[in-house]
This record gives sequence, structure tokens and C-alpha cells, in this order.
Amino acid sequence: MKFLLIEDNYDLASAICARVRSDGHVIDHADRISDAIEFSQVGEYDLILLDVMLPDGDGRDFLRHHRANKQTTPIIVLTARSQISDRISLLDLGADDYVTKPFDHAELEARCRAVLRRNLGTAQPVTRLGNVAFNPVAGSLTIGDVVINLRNKELRLLELLINAPGQIFPKQKLVDRLFSYDDDVSENAIEVYIGRLRKHLEGSPLSISTHRGLGYRLDHG
Amino acid sequence: MVEVVQVSGSLRNRLTATLIGGAALLAVLMYFTVRTYAIQIAQQGQDNILNASVTSILDAANVSNGIIEIDFPYASFSMLDTASQDRIFYAIYQDDNLLSGYGGLARISPQVGMGSAYGNTTFQGTSVRLASASRMLVGENLRARLTVTVSQTLDGLSGTLNRIGRNVAIFGAGFFLLVVILAFWATSSAIGPLAQLTTSVARRGPQDLRSVASPVPREMVPLVQSLNKLMARLDQSLSRSEDFIVEAAHRVRTPLATVRSHAEATLRRVDREENRQALRSMIRAIDESSRAAGQLLDHAMITFRIDDLDRQDIDLVDLADDLVLGLMPIAEMRDVELKLDASVSVPVKGDMILLQNAVRNLVDNALKYAPRESVVKIVVAASPRPLISIIDEGHGFPVGEINGLADRFVRGSNSKAIIGSGLGLTIAREVAEAHDGSLSLSNNPQGGACVIFSF
Repeated sequence: MKFLLIEDNYDLASAICARVRSDGHVIDHADRISDAIEFSQVGEYDLILLDVMLPDGDGRDFLRHHRANKQTTPIIVLTARSQISDRISLLDLGADDYVTKPFDHAELEARCRAVLRRNLGTAQPVTRLGNVAFNPVAGSLTIGDVVINLRNKELRLLELLINAPGQIFPKQKLVDRLFSYDDDVSENAIEVYIGRLRKHLEGSPLSISTHRGLGYRLDHG
Repeated sequence: MVEVVQVSGSLRNRLTATLIGGAALLAVLMYFTVRTYAIQIAQQGQDNILNASVTSILDAANVSNGIIEIDFPYASFSMLDTASQDRIFYAIYQDDNLLSGYGGLARISPQVGMGSAYGNTTFQGTSVRLASASRMLVGENLRARLTVTVSQTLDGLSGTLNRIGRNVAIFGAGFFLLVVILAFWATSSAIGPLAQLTTSVARRGPQDLRSVASPVPREMVPLVQSLNKLMARLDQSLSRSEDFIVEAAHRVRTPLATVRSHAEATLRRVDREENRQALRSMIRAIDESSRAAGQLLDHAMITFRIDDLDRQDIDLVDLADDLVLGLMPIAEMRDVELKLDASVSVPVKGDMILLQNAVRNLVDNALKYAPRESVVKIVVAASPRPLISIIDEGHGFPVGEINGLADRFVRGSNSKAIIGSGLGLTIAREVAEAHDGSLSLSNNPQGGACVIFSF
């Protein structure tokens, strides 16, 4: 996935970029509207994250410009306001969704996924390993001809593992990725989801192995 | 927030009273003027005839053989005939001796050759008008002064005057009535534009601060200009304070977002449990504060809007649809299924922004308290009353606390681990009550909470 982040606060931008890159995506950063317009015309982005208040204008101006040019890249607005009237006007202007600062990255991720699912149609990215096809946007796993719809946590767990086959993920790391920080969960909760994924992957060349004291790994073949 | 306005009389009444009072004064004045003038003219007419009568008698006198002879012309008295049978009295004196007529008739002694003298007197119990003139008669051995007085009762005159008086009175009353009608018409057509302006300003929505655009009479221009200026200033200061809130929120929330993002990223890298615990607390604190700030702002906005509801036609099903779409990612994140169970359409009249906010708070709550991999059901129904109920499969409300939960900043005893401000249910209840509805909280017999927002 390739993201464009339009945000004038450098600290926040670098934090978001680091977070998105650590999930294995590509992200470009523009800190003003003029740059953002150039970026969006040159680079092919899957999704744009837009701050509303920028040094050379209002994020709404970018939205208007973007939609006036018939560009279809979905936009998620990062807004500091929580008032509903403001949110409505953003959506009216052509934003696909919004998150209120400060936001939970898991929520941002969930919203990105929902927006992409609505917008991508057949162009959704699919990871293939042998007879296994995994579509993280639709949340579907296809083994041969059988389509399995994954729950959100199963999906995100599989996404982590499948993007780095052969790598061992410690339990704690998986918990951090899968649960919000207001969820009070023990590391054992992860075992439930590993168990379900193993069940889903039965009959495929993929399997998840446990490495005592280290964590889990996705094996191919 | 309705201020009591000090009332100092009514413009309409004052204008009407002035116009009617003026008309009454004019009518009375007219009555007396015309009447006085009529009396003068009638009097003059009678005097002329009396004078003619006196003169004709004087002219008929001549001296023959030292004796004064007067051959009354017939016309002398017939010219004084009136329809009201006025009586005529006369007296003829040679110097101071009565020659003929009524000796009791008061005498005026006019100067010779100076025309008639006139006067009013009473004779035989009735008022009479009299004219009297003298002439010197000179003949053989005779030099005498002949004085003729003719008087007439006033019945005919007063009859005429009464008629004229009555007509003038009728005319005056008609004039007065006409002016009264005109006064009411003129007042309402003068006050009309003011009433129109009032209606057009009163009919505006709470957020409508545009200038008055419709044309107004010249006299009202200064008022409307001041009104427009006032509204422009109000608009400006409102948008300035709105800008200020936006700017303030931006300045506070962006660094919070930075801290939260870094904390999340750091949490991925540290292994020591105490550090992890600290980072988690940090993230929780940030979420708490931002949620509380957001809810407080929402609550302030809601209190403001409740004063002046912006009622529109709303379909509750559409509203629920939009909410489900917006909250679906959050539900998915928690592996909770959001189910909408709605009929075709449930139309209500209400304030869109308030209702969205209220129902969003309720669904948010349900999502927060719902256990993983459970269902949150949103039911929209039209009968018996339009309502939205939100049913989850969580632990339900703590029994015994259920009645106080919608009070400000009250949180249930089961909410310790869940971030919240204690304002969500308060907002929902206030919005429901502003729409003449209610918010009821209960627990399902099979477990889970049920919140019904009804109209």
C-alpha cells in the first residue's frame, strides 16, 4: 500500500510515517497543500491522510481541489475537532472518513481498511503463496476454491505473519499489534487466535509453528 | 434565554389616537366655524329685508296739508313673509309721537339719513330682530322727523339655522368616521413593513445571521442597517470564537496525537513490563483527556442547541444507517458485529446534529462494553412511538445504579477499565428530553444492556 500523509506537524508526521512503515507500507509526507497537490498528481497513492489545518490553507481546500480534478484516491481526514457538524461538512466535501486526534492507530488502520474495501473494488491487493490467496482489504483467505472470511483479529494476525514468512514473532509483539491499549488482555489471548488461524489454514501449504519462549512463525511448505 | 422587553406604549395606538384625535378636533372646529358663518349670513339676509321694508315705508310717506300721510305699499310686509309664519311688528313715530303700530316696541333712534340701525329685543315674550330708520319730512308749516321701525320674530331664522346646524353636524360626523377608517388603514400600512421585518427575522433559524435583504421603507433603513451591522458583528464574533476553538483544539490535540503515536511506537520496542505499563498508562491518560474534552465540547454545543432546536424532517433509519457505516470499522476492530434491524423508514422531526450525537454516544457505549465477538443490535421502530434501541450482549448495567447513570459525570461501577467521561448518557438523555422523548435504560433478561431512545 502507498499512502500520502499531509500534515504540517513534523513530530506527528514522523510518528505516523514510522508507524505506517513498520506495518510494511510505503508513505510519503507533504507538509503543505501546494506540495500535496504536486505529490498527488505524480505519485499513485492508494490512500491520502489529510490534516485539516495547514500552513498554506485549509485541508478542505485540498479536498475540494482533489474532487474537482476527479481524482478518486480515497481521503481520510485527521481532524482535531470532535463536533459532529464539522465532521459532516468534511464528509460532504468528499472525505471518505475521518479520525479525531489523538487517534488510535488501530482505529486508523481499521478505517483505512474499510475505506479501501469500499473504493478498491477488484483492484484489491492479494498476497499469494501456493494455492493460498490472502486479501487483507476484503479480509478473505482463499485456499484452492474455498473462501474463508476472517474476523478482524484473525485477519490482522495473518497479515503480520504472511508479510514476513519465516520470521518469529514474539507473543508480546503480536498482542501489541492486535489489541487496542485500552483492552486489558493477557498474552495468552493470542493463543486463541493462533488456534483459529491454524484451523483455517488446514489443507494449505501454510502452517504456524510455535517456538517455545520465542513466539510464532508462519511456515510455507 | 428570552429577555423581558420593556414596553412603552404602542406605536400603532399612538398613531391611531393622534390621527383620530386630530380628526375629532377638526370636525368640531368645522362645525362651529360653519355654524357661526351661517348665522352671520342668515342674519344679514333678514337685516336686508327688514331694511328694505323700513325704507319702502319711509319712502311712501309724504306731507299733505301739514299732515303726514303714509300709504303702506303691500310689499312692505309681504316681503317679510316666511314659511314659518313669523310675526311682524312695526311702529311709526313722528318725532316722539307714535303715529301707528305698536308703541311698546323698543325704539332705536338712528340718525337721519344714515341708513337703518339694527338690534335684537324682546317683544311680547318673543325675541325679535328690528330695523329702524329715520327721515326728515319738510312741508308747509311742518318739519318733522319720521322714524319707522319694523321687527320680525326669529322663528324662520332659527329654523334655517337649525337645518344648517344639523347638516353641518352630519357632515362633520361623516368626515370624522371617514378619517377614523383612514387612520386605521394608514396605521396598519405604516406599521406593516415593521411587522414584516419582525416576522422575517423571527422566522430565521438559530444559525442564520445573514443581513436583511428584502426592501424596506426609507424610514426603516437606519434600523435595518443597525440590525444588519449587529448581525454581522455577531456573526464575526461567533465565527471568531469558533475559529478560536478550532485553533485551540488543533494546537492541543496535535501534540497529544504525537505523544500517543510515539508511545504506541515505543511500546512495540520495549520489553520490560514496568515500562510497558507506564506507556499504556500514558496512552490511556491521553485517551481519557481527549475524550473528556471532546464530550465536554459536545455537551456545551448540545446545551446551546437545545435552547433553539433546528427541527428538520429526519428518517431515523437513514440516521442509523449512517452511524452504522461510520462505526463499522470500530466494531470490526473489536470483532463486534453491528446489526441494524430497521423498518422501511421512520420519519421524525428533530435536530439532525443533536440526534446523531446522542445516538452515536449510545452506540459507542454499547461497542465499548460489548464483549469481543458479540453482537450489538440497533433496532429502529416506528410504533408505538418512533424509537431507536441499542442492545448489547455485555454485562448490562450494574443493578441498583441504573437510575443515576444518566446523570452528569456518573459512571457505572463496572466501567473502571473502560475509557469514558460520564457524559455520553447525559447527552443522550438531554437530547431525548429536548425532543419530548425519553431515554430508558434496562437490562435484558438474557444479559446485556438495552437502551431505548424514544420520541
